[in-house]
Amino acid sequence: MPYSFLPHTADAKFQADGTTLEEAFSSAAEAMFSVMADPAKVKPVYEEKISVEGADKKALLYAFLEELLFLLDTKKFLLNRIISISIAIKEDKLILDATAAGDIDLEQYEIHGEVKAVTYNEMEITEEEGKVTVQVVVDL
Amino acid sequence: MEIKKISPLIWEIPRQGNMHVPGTIYASEKLLGAMRRDNTLQQVANVAQLKGILKHSIAMPDAHNGYGFSIGGVAAFDIEEGIISPGGVGYDINCSVRLLRTNLSVDQIMSRRTQLIDSLFKNIPSGVGSDGKIKVSREMLMDVLEKGAQWAVEQGYGKKEDWERTEEYGMMKADPRAVSPRALQRGAPQLGSLGAGNHFLEIQKIDTVFDPITAKAFGIDQKDQVTIMIHCGSRGLGHQVASDYIKEMEAKYGHEGLPDRELINAPIQSELGQKYYGAMSAAANFAFANKQMITHWVRESINRIFGDTEVEVVYDVCHNIAKMEEHTLNGERRKVCVHRKGATRSFGPGRSELPDVYRSIGQPVILPGSMGTSSYVLLGTKTSEEISFGSTAHGAGRVMSRSEALSKYRGEDIRKEMHDDGIEVKAASWKGIAEESKYSYKDIDEVTRVSNELGIGKLVVRVKPVGVLKG
Repeated sequence: MPYSFLPHTADAKFQADGTTLEEAFSSAAEAMFSVMADPAKVKPVYEEKISVEGADKKALLYAFLEELLFLLDTKKFLLNRIISISIAIKEDKLILDATAAGDIDLEQYEIHGEVKAVTYNEMEITEEEGKVTVQVVVDL
Repeated sequence: MEIKKISPLIWEIPRQGNMHVPGTIYASEKLLGAMRRDNTLQQVANVAQLKGILKHSIAMPDAHNGYGFSIGGVAAFDIEEGIISPGGVGYDINCSVRLLRTNLSVDQIMSRRTQLIDSLFKNIPSGVGSDGKIKVSREMLMDVLEKGAQWAVEQGYGKKEDWERTEEYGMMKADPRAVSPRALQRGAPQLGSLGAGNHFLEIQKIDTVFDPITAKAFGIDQKDQVTIMIHCGSRGLGHQVASDYIKEMEAKYGHEGLPDRELINAPIQSELGQKYYGAMSAAANFAFANKQMITHWVRESINRIFGDTEVEVVYDVCHNIAKMEEHTLNGERRKVCVHRKGATRSFGPGRSELPDVYRSIGQPVILPGSMGTSSYVLLGTKTSEEISFGSTAHGAGRVMSRSEALSKYRGEDIRKEMHDDGIEVKAASWKGIAEESKYSYKDIDEVTRVSNELGIGKLVVRVKPVGVLKG
C-alpha cells in the first residue's frame, strides 16, 4: 500500500509515496479517500478530469486534494484511483492535470468518516532519488 | 516547554521568544498531561506570537492538537491593531450545538424509541456528501447566507422563539457576496443535512440536576425529561470558505515570520480581513439555518409518533467562530475580536448579547459529550468574562486517533456495549461508530468539573443519551 496513517488525535495524518511526484500525489488522493471508503472497493465506472494550479508544490497538492473533496460534495464522487496525472511548470506556477476514476453512486459503499478539508498542518513533500513522499493532515 | 503552575487548575506558559503575551492553560493535572503528549502547548505559545493579541493565549480544559490554533483554543485581538485568522475559527465554521427540551419523560418514549430513531433517520438527511432534501437556487442560498435561522423560520421551518434562543439570534451580520461560487456550489446541495463524522443528533434524558434553580429557568429541571441535541456545522460551504480565505490571505500577506503556515491571518481592519469576517458570518448563518430546519423535522417526527408535544429550543451555541465583542481589560472597556475554536461562549448575567429570557441569569452553555457518554448544560458566568474572554470548553476533546480507534474497536461491539447501556444507535456505518466511541474522547466529566471549579461555566444538568443518530 503506497500510504500509511500516522497517529494524530483529532484529524487524519498520512504519508503517501511514489517513485515520482505525480505518483506520490496519486497515493495521497487514495489515502485521503480511504478515510471515508476503501478505494479498492469503489468501482471505476465514472471519470472526472481535474485541472488545478498552485504557486508551489504544497499549494498544488492542497489544490489537488481539495478539488477531489469538491467533487465529492458536488458530484458525490468517490475515488477508486487516479488513472493519469501530470505536473508541469507554466510561467511562474505549477499546473496539474489528472483523470480520476471512481463512482458517483454513494449508496452502495460503506462510508465511515468525513474529510472536511485538507490542511497545511505538518504538510511535507520529500523528494529523494527514486522516491517521493508526501505527508498531509486532513481535517475530520 | 516550561509550564508554571499558578494554581491546581491554572497553568502558565511564560512569555518567551517571540510571544507577545503568556499562554494560559485551564486544566487539571490529568488534562494537562494529555496536552503534553501532543502539540497543544506549542500551539498555544505560537498563537501568542500573533499581532495584536491581548492578555493571553488560552487553552480550554479539553484542548488538543489542531492546525495552527489548537482545538479548544481562545484568543482575543485588538480590533484596530490585531489580526483575524481562519485557522483560529476552524474549517467547520460555526460547528455548533442546539439543545431542545420536550415535555416528554423517557419512559413515555422507550417503547417507541426505535420507531422515533427510524423516523428521524428518514426525515433528516445525514451522511458523507449527504444532500439536503430541498432544491436550493442560488438566490435562495444568498438569502440563507444573509439571514440564517431567521430565513428558515420565514420559510416555515419552526418559529421565531427558536431563533430568539440562539446565539446571535441565528443571524450574524454577513457578506454573502464574499462567499465564493465554489463554496456556494458545495453548500447548495447540502442545506438541511446533518453531515457525518463527529456530527450527530442525540435523544437524551436528564440524568442529574446540579442546579435546580437555573435548570428550572432553562426549562430542563425534571429528572428523566427528554431532551434532544443537534450537533453540526456549515458543511462543505464553511469548509470551502475557510480554505478560500486561507489561500487569499497567504497570497496577500504570506506566511513568512509565522511559526506555523496555518496561522495565516490578515489585519482585522484590512479589506481582506473584513471580507473574511463577512464570509465567515455567512457560513455561520448557513449552519444556523441548517439546525433550524433540522429542528423542524425533529418536531415533525416527534409529533407524528407521540402526538402534540412541546419541543422548545433551550439555546444554540457556536464553538468554531470569531466574534466582535466588548471586554474589560485593565479596567477599560475595549472592542476585541475573540477567536473561539473548539470553545464556547459562556457569558454571565447582564450581557446585551443574551436574549431577554436569559439576560438576568447568564446563558446556557451546551457541552456535547462523545457518542454514548453524558453531555452537559452549564451556566455562563461573569468569571469567564474576567479570565477567558467569556469562554469555556466545547465538549470532550479527542484522545485517540480515528485510525487507532478503528484498530482497537469494532463498531458492532461498541454498538452492543451502548445497547447494554440503554442506548440505541443508528449510524450510516459500523466503522463510524468505532471511530466515534467514548474511548476516543477525553473524559467530559473531568472537563466540566474543571470548568465548574474555575467558575468559567457552572454545572446545571447532566444528560445521558438514549438514542443516537449518526451520518
